[in-house]
Amino acid sequence: MAGASSSWRQIGIGLVLPALVVALWQTVAVMGWVNPQVLPSPLAVAEKWIAYLLPLMPYDPAAGSWLHWAVSGELVTDSLSSLYRVVVGFLIGGGLALPLGLAMGMSNRVYDWFNVLVQMVRPIPPIAYIPLSMLWFGLGNPPAIFLIALGAFFPVLMNTIAGVRQVDGIYIRAARNLGASGITMFARVILPAAVPYILSGVRIGIGTAFIVVIVAEMVAVNNGLGFRILEAREYFWSDKIIAGMISIGLIGLAIDVAMNKLNNYLLRWHRGLEN
Amino acid sequence: MTHILVSQVNKVFQTAEREVVALKDINLEIPQGQFVCLLGPSGCGKSTLLNALAGFAPPSSGSITVDGRAVTAPGPERGMVFQEYALFPWMTVADNIAFGLQIKGQPKAQIAATVDQLLGMLSLQDFRNRYPKDLSGGMRQRVAIARVLALDSPIMLMDEPFGALDALTRRNLQDELLRIWAELKKTIIFVTHSIEEAIYLADRIVVMTYRPGTVKRDMMVALPRLRDPASAEFNALKRELGQLVMEEQQRHHHDELRMAAVD
Repeated sequence: MAGASSSWRQIGIGLVLPALVVALWQTVAVMGWVNPQVLPSPLAVAEKWIAYLLPLMPYDPAAGSWLHWAVSGELVTDSLSSLYRVVVGFLIGGGLALPLGLAMGMSNRVYDWFNVLVQMVRPIPPIAYIPLSMLWFGLGNPPAIFLIALGAFFPVLMNTIAGVRQVDGIYIRAARNLGASGITMFARVILPAAVPYILSGVRIGIGTAFIVVIVAEMVAVNNGLGFRILEAREYFWSDKIIAGMISIGLIGLAIDVAMNKLNNYLLRWHRGLEN
Repeated sequence: MTHILVSQVNKVFQTAEREVVALKDINLEIPQGQFVCLLGPSGCGKSTLLNALAGFAPPSSGSITVDGRAVTAPGPERGMVFQEYALFPWMTVADNIAFGLQIKGQPKAQIAATVDQLLGMLSLQDFRNRYPKDLSGGMRQRVAIARVLALDSPIMLMDEPFGALDALTRRNLQDELLRIWAELKKTIIFVTHSIEEAIYLADRIVVMTYRPGTVKRDMMVALPRLRDPASAEFNALKRELGQLVMEEQQRHHHDELRMAAVD
């Protein structure tokens, strides 16, 4: 119980500064110190955010189910499209990086074959691929997913290689002594020992994917959160820009919380991860 | 009957600057069921010899055979207990113990029965589903011993297994080990640099010299068990062995000073 109350306390403390920032912001807006076109008040943003969240049409049972209607708001559609791109792009990028990283970590031969190529391509930011991705894939989801996959690929790859290479030799020796070799050695010793590194790569990869999706939507797609805040700029809807940014922040936070839960579950055996 | 035969074993490590002779002309005949302690200061090659017996690092020359078969690779018939425990932190206590049996491909029910029995033997019942991070050093070493016992290997190799434990836990585990050894009749080769530990445990103590590692003294310990470390016989033996080991420790120390001067 002490644990539960202290975690509420922590959350409470964490909310103090955001509340102060919003209060200051509201004061600045109410006092009329800045043009609302440049910086709308937090209330205006909140109002816009709710309008952005709610469905555009009133509920009509003839048009479909209630649930379908409830998620028909622009914000929900945008968020889902952005999330869809992140998830698909990440699965492709991470899904290719993981086996390659494992192979490069396990085998010096594979490492020697791929390392120079990887080190040459890795420093190119995914954003630099935007023109090429549009030439190759046109507009819409394909170029966006390509860019996201690229952004997720390298963090997962590098961490997987490092994770496999840092496996403590004592575990390998103990496992050999117990009769392990081949697939058992890999699946039950090397892979689990590398999981902490791989997961931190996954975390960085998702972070990169999230940056890339916003940029990709600003240039190549006409929906999603990135597209929406750029569109709002065209109309000088600064309240909508901020509402969109806040939504991006909230989704990022939700992804981080989910990753934390996954981390704590997969690494429940790991020292120093007690919550 | 000879069980483990070490004959004319040499081990040379080649480093960039020099050649280190870790083992020189080691000959040992170890009968089934004997509790042997390899005793000596750091650098005397006792762990090198143990690693060669385990099959991790084959000797540069000479041969090691178990029941007439040459040792060429690590294997479950020579279970090893490491000083650093080397438990798999991602497996629970029960999974760590079951691991070797799963590799052998034993049926689940049989594995479960063995695991239960070993958890009982080492008083680990309450820790079955815990992860190693939740256990004290003494408990971890119990799991490591159970993991090796699960394989039912005739030989147990132990590399300073109790070196990192506090004195009380250490005595406690030494007694447990003696009990298990008496019950299961394993051949145990136990590396230590503690003279008292060697006298307390061993049938036979092999004192090794500092570089090159050779056998300085090979003696039987005739005291009845459980031995009383406060007894006169125990202490007479301790004094004798102490002199032998300290001579080697001095050589180790001088060597270190000399190397530091060269650097």
